[in-house]
Amino acid sequence: MKCVVGIDLGSTTTKAVILDEAGRQVSRGITNSRSNYGVACAAALAEARTAARFSFLDRATSDPDARAALPGLLSGFRLGLYLGELGALRDTILSELDRNLARRAQRASLGPAVGSIIEEAERDAPALFAVGAPRKSEFFRDLAGAAFVASAETLARNGGPPFEPLVALYDRAILEVETRLRPRDERALLRSALARLDVGAETAARLSRAIDAALDEPLDEVAFAGTGYGRQTLPFPKAAVRSEILCHGRGAHRTFPGTRTVLDVGGQDTKGIQVDEHGVVTSFQMNDRCAAGCGRYLGYIADELGLGLHELGPLALQATRVVQVNSTCTVFAGAELRERLALGQRREDILAGLHRGIMLRAMSILARSGGVTNEFTFTGGVCRNPMAVKLLRELIAEGYGAEITVNIDPDSIFMGALGAAMYALDDLRADSPQLLPSFTQVADAQPPPTESAFMERPACHT
Amino acid sequence: MSQERDNSQKRQKTMIADHFAKLSRAKEEGKKVVYTFVPGNLTELLSAFDVLPVLPEINALQSGMRGRSGRYIAEAEKAGHSEDVCTYVKCDLGMLKGGNVGPTGETLPPPDLLLLSYTGCFTFMKWFELLREEYNCPVVMLQVPYQAEGEITPEMRGYVVDQLRNEVIPALERLTGTTYDEDKLREKMKLSSRAEDDLVAVWESARHRPSPVDGYFGGVYYTGPMFSSFRGSQDAVDYYRELREEVEARISRGEGPTTPDGPMTQEKFRLVVEGPPNWTNFFDFWRMFSREGAVVVASTYTRVGGLYDRGFRHTPENPLESLADYCLGCYTNLNLPRRLDLLEHYVKTYSADGFLINSVKSCNSFSVGQLLLLRELEKRTGVPGGFIESDLVDPRYFGKANIENRVQSYLQMLDARMQRRAS
Repeated sequence: MKCVVGIDLGSTTTKAVILDEAGRQVSRGITNSRSNYGVACAAALAEARTAARFSFLDRATSDPDARAALPGLLSGFRLGLYLGELGALRDTILSELDRNLARRAQRASLGPAVGSIIEEAERDAPALFAVGAPRKSEFFRDLAGAAFVASAETLARNGGPPFEPLVALYDRAILEVETRLRPRDERALLRSALARLDVGAETAARLSRAIDAALDEPLDEVAFAGTGYGRQTLPFPKAAVRSEILCHGRGAHRTFPGTRTVLDVGGQDTKGIQVDEHGVVTSFQMNDRCAAGCGRYLGYIADELGLGLHELGPLALQATRVVQVNSTCTVFAGAELRERLALGQRREDILAGLHRGIMLRAMSILARSGGVTNEFTFTGGVCRNPMAVKLLRELIAEGYGAEITVNIDPDSIFMGALGAAMYALDDLRADSPQLLPSFTQVADAQPPPTESAFMERPACHT
Repeated sequence: MSQERDNSQKRQKTMIADHFAKLSRAKEEGKKVVYTFVPGNLTELLSAFDVLPVLPEINALQSGMRGRSGRYIAEAEKAGHSEDVCTYVKCDLGMLKGGNVGPTGETLPPPDLLLLSYTGCFTFMKWFELLREEYNCPVVMLQVPYQAEGEITPEMRGYVVDQLRNEVIPALERLTGTTYDEDKLREKMKLSSRAEDDLVAVWESARHRPSPVDGYFGGVYYTGPMFSSFRGSQDAVDYYRELREEVEARISRGEGPTTPDGPMTQEKFRLVVEGPPNWTNFFDFWRMFSREGAVVVASTYTRVGGLYDRGFRHTPENPLESLADYCLGCYTNLNLPRRLDLLEHYVKTYSADGFLINSVKSCNSFSVGQLLLLRELEKRTGVPGGFIESDLVDPRYFGKANIENRVQSYLQMLDARMQRRAS
C-alpha cells in the first residue's frame, strides 16, 4: 500500500497519522514528546506503523474464533513492548550505578532495590495490560514512573533504601531510556503474544498466518509533511514543514466539514482559527509570548495536586461554586493554588475557577481571530478535559448564541497530524512529494539530554 | 544589511556619522542643541536657525539595533519607571543615566531647548517632562489638533501657525539670539521638496513586479534622512537622488530588493505592513520575510515622518502653513477611517497579497484600533490580514519562535489561498 504520513510534534505529545493514496485514514500513533525531537517523531511514527499493521491484521482475520482472540493478541503485544522497556530501564539504572563514582558506593543497597522494583513492575504488568484493563496513560514514562514510585515508597517505609535516591535514579534513567531508539520487532512481539494466548491450535495457526499477511503487506510511505511547535528545531526538511495553524484548521475541517471556526488549546499555545469552505485558513490569532492558560498550565496544576492530568476536569466538575481566578500564569500557578487552599477554599472550586480562567482567555483569542462562526470545532489536548468543554459550550452559547454547533472529536488531538498528512497528500498529487526523513539519523545526531536541560521549566518572557 | 552596500547606504552612513560628530562638538563650537521628535518635526525651521536637532526616538531605536536597549531599559526601571512605560522613553532615560553616549559612541550634548512639535502622543509630553527635570532646560510645546474629522481645517492650520509665530519662533530666537529669516526657511523648504519628490518615486517603484524595494525593512533606511536631521539640506537632496537612481537601475535589471542576505531573487508574496518594526531583532525579523520571498510593498510606519506619497510637500510659498500641515498630517494624527483609507489604498495600488499588523506594546498611538483596522480592511479588500505582537526596543518582548511561527503560518495561509485561487 502506498501511503502518506503527517507528523505533529507538539510540546506535550507527538502524533503521526497515515493516510492511503485515496486520503482514507489508515492509522495513527501518539507518544509523549521528549527533548530529542527525532526520537519523538520516530516513536510516534512507529506507533502509527504498528497501528497500521494491526488494521491489516484485523482485515486479514476472518475466522470468528481468531477475531475474538485479537484483543488479547494486541494486549499481549503492548505487554511485550512494556516489558522490553522495563528491561531497558533496569539496565540503564544499573549501568548508571556502575558508571557513576558517586553512586557506585550505593550500588550494594540501591542495586537490589532497583531489581526488586522492576521485578514487581514486571509481575504487575500482565494485569495492567489485560484486555479492557483501565490505564491512566498509554505512555511508558507514566506507567513505569507510577509503578516505580509506588514500590520505592513501600521499600523506604519497610526499612529499605531511602525514597529520594531511588526515584532520582529513575528520573535520570527515564530520560536516557526514552531518548534512545530501540528497534521494534513487531513479528517477534506478536509471536510472543500469540504464544501467551490461550487458544486452540487451529486458531493459533490462523492467527499466525494473519500476522504474516499483515506484516508482509508493503507499507510504502511516499510522501510526508510535518508540523509542530518550535519550527526551527523540527527534524523535518524545510519544504516538508507546514504551519500548525494550517494543519489544525485543515484537520478539523476534514473531521467536521461544516467547520468555520476552530479553537485549538495545546500544551503551549492556544489558537483561534477561521477556515473557509475548503478548510483553508482565512484568519488566526494565537497567544503571544506567554503560555498562560494553555495545556501546560493544567499540567502544572495537576503536578501541584499530585493528580493525573486526566483527573483535573472530572474533579472540577464537582465544584459547588467557581472561585474567581484571574491569573492563568503558568509560573504562578502553584503559588496561586497553594494560597487559595491555605485560605480554606475547596480544591474542586479552585479548579473550576482555574478552568474558567483558561477558557475566558481562549474566548478572547477567538474573538480576536474573528469570533465564532457556525460550526465551531474544539481541538487539542485540552478538549479531552470535560470541565473545559462544559465551560466552553457555555461561553460560546453566551457570546455567540445557543444555535452554534460545537464539534468535539475525542481524538481531536490528532487534528494537526491529520492536516499535515492531507498536505502531504496534496504534494503527492501535485507530483512534488516530500520524502519522509530518517528520524533515526536525526535522533543519533542529537546528544542525549542533560537532566538540567530536561527539567528546565519554561519561563515567561515577560 | 547586505554585505555589499549600495552607494546611497554608504552616503547615509557618512551623513549620520557626521551629524553625531557635530553634536559631540556642539558645546565647544557654541552650537545650540534642540531635542525634538520625529512626527511633525520642524527640521527646516531648526536648520534655518542653525541649531542641531537630537531625536531621542532615533537614538532609542539605534540603541535597540545595537543591542544596548535592554541594559538602558533595566537602568530606567531601576530608577522607578514601570514595565508598562513606552520602551523608547525608558531606553532614552537609561542612556541618559549611563552618560548619554549616543549610538555612534560619542557623547550627546544636553539640550538647550526641548521642542515638542507633536502632542498627538501623550507619552511625548511625559517624556519631555522627565527630560526637563533631568536637564532643567526650557520646553516649547506645539499643540497639534487631532484630525478627528479626517481633514485639516483652516482653523486647525491657523491655530498651529499662530503657535509657530508666537511661541516656537520666539523661543528659537531667544535661544540663538538671531532673528527669524523666512527666506532662509524658504530655501530649506525648496530643498526638502526636491528630496521628497525622489523619495516618493522610490516608494512608488514598489508597483513594479518584482518590487525593487522593500517598503518596510528596507524602507526604514530610505526614510532615515527624511525622518531625522537632514530634511532641507543638500545632503538629503543628493542622497535621495542617488537612491532613486539605484532603484531605477534595479527596475531596469528586473531585480528585487536588497535584503540582509543579498538581493531577493524570487518575489513570492507582496505585503502591506502596519505598525513600527521591532528593533532589537530587526534583521531576524526581516529574514523571517525575506527568506520566504515576502516583500513589503508599502508600510504605514515609513509614512510617520510624512505622507509625501499622498501629495504632501514642504512648500516654500507659505512655509509656516506648510509646516503646520506637515505636523497635522503625520500618520498617527489621522483618525482610524483615514488610516483605513490609506491602508486600503496601499493594498490596492501595490497589488498586495496580504497585509500584516505588527502591534507593538510600547506605542498606543499605533496600536489602538489595529484589530478593527484588520477586520475592516479584510472586508474592503478581500485580502487576508495577519497579526503579530512585539515591541520597539525591549528585547524581552520579542519571542522569536512565537513570532516566526505566526509569520510562517500567515505566509503559508497566503500560499494556500493563492494556490486555491489558481486552481
